[in-house]
Amino acid sequence: MTKTAIDLPPKGGFSFDLCRRNAFLESQGAKMPKFRKTGTTIVGLVFKDGVILGADTRATEGEIVCDKNCEKIHYLAPNIYCCGAGTAADTENVTDMVSSQLELHRYATSRESRVVTALTMLKSHLFGYQGKVSAALVLGGVDVTGPHLHAVYPHGSTDTLPFATMGSGSLAAMAVFESRFKEGMTKEQGIEVVCAAICAGIFNDLGSGSNVDLCVITKGGKEYLRNYQQPNPRSYTHSKGYHFTTILSSKIRSLRNHVRVVEGDAMEEE
Amino acid sequence: MGSVVRCDRYPYVTGSSVLGIKYKDGILLASDTAGCYGSTVRYKSVERLKRIGDNTILGASGEISDFQAITNLLDELITEDWMWDDGNKLGPFEIHNYLNRVMYNRRNKFDPLWNSLVLGGIKKGKKYLGMVSMIGVHFQDNHVATGFGNHLARPIFRDEWKEDMTLEEGVKLLEKCLLVLFYRDRSAINKFQMANVTEGGITITEPFALKVNWELEAFRNPTKGAEGSW
Repeated sequence: MTKTAIDLPPKGGFSFDLCRRNAFLESQGAKMPKFRKTGTTIVGLVFKDGVILGADTRATEGEIVCDKNCEKIHYLAPNIYCCGAGTAADTENVTDMVSSQLELHRYATSRESRVVTALTMLKSHLFGYQGKVSAALVLGGVDVTGPHLHAVYPHGSTDTLPFATMGSGSLAAMAVFESRFKEGMTKEQGIEVVCAAICAGIFNDLGSGSNVDLCVITKGGKEYLRNYQQPNPRSYTHSKGYHFTTILSSKIRSLRNHVRVVEGDAMEEE
Repeated sequence: MGSVVRCDRYPYVTGSSVLGIKYKDGILLASDTAGCYGSTVRYKSVERLKRIGDNTILGASGEISDFQAITNLLDELITEDWMWDDGNKLGPFEIHNYLNRVMYNRRNKFDPLWNSLVLGGIKKGKKYLGMVSMIGVHFQDNHVATGFGNHLARPIFRDEWKEDMTLEEGVKLLEKCLLVLFYRDRSAINKFQMANVTEGGITITEPFALKVNWELEAFRNPTKGAEGSW
């Protein structure tokens, strides 16, 4: 039997072969590359007719803001959206993966996706990686059983809540929710509270900033309000731009005439 | 002859956050009355707000024994000032400066007093509200908070504090923040005190409790419609 030249690919998931080597290198003083975190404020709230999800739009890489206007509210299904905090790559890929799985599931069952399905898929994936997939999510949607809001933690635990916040700005946003949340709010009231919570995160947390994104999901459909509020405009710009081409006046003074050589040689003129 | 250099100090019995705001007639401070021994709420009647002289109030979070040492120092300071009998009393700005020096000097000896102090007072119409941390960082502002209050109460203050609030408005704002702290800070209990300093004098309230609301419909059956999840 000949040996095949092609190695079979490992069966799915992460390969932990290099972990010991990395740990050794780190102990010898090598610096690990920084990863892009979303350092975030994400919130969700259940109101009378459905769910409102909110997020800020700043992505940080260590101390630098690497993306001023990123999208943190990810699509999972037409009636289910998910905000993500933590490592940007993890949140993006996990939500993409679950979104594809949900679509296949919809084809298999010919039914609208349920929020608990997404929840179970997310939590079993995250638990399997024992917290190494650093994705903290606020999952919200409306299905046949009603509006649902869940908070999913990187280690795979979940919370079913009427209002939830995650990310570095979660305390600031939670302070706003705890003081202003009421059950059965209207859509306008809900949007106001969610915006106030995200703005509290934006202005009080260094990891969050820029604009407010919203997603309102009801039984009738969804409204993805990208950049609903932009409380950080560039204030020092001129709306028509600055023009430096128009010459208002010109005055040319020839300096040579003013120079009187008192001592020494005069400067050589070209 | 010098004291032992101790770089390994940990706080043992700690107090949680202190909140402070300026309002029209003076300063309001608020805190809960818990003294936690690690994760146990060991003492439930710790007064963390103290009057200093006639026109200043001090609130502290952090190690309770260090707070008691600081109040002893300040009592001595006030007594000495009273003995001068020169018609002038130490005001909040002076006490702030003294505290600042004390905290910074201890920090320089690697033996800090493990407290975050909130000092508020009013003298001759000039209001003062400031904070000194255990390493000597100090500043003054219209509203301050220590510990968890920085994360939970300061955002609310920044949104809702305004110049020249009445006493009722100030109390209401503090009560709102105290409630959020009780919900979300594990070392807070539902027993609070408030201190009020005006030109007329200092009042520290008796401990009181706030009304909490656990009656959300969603808490009753969280997994309704999502059988099997949690």
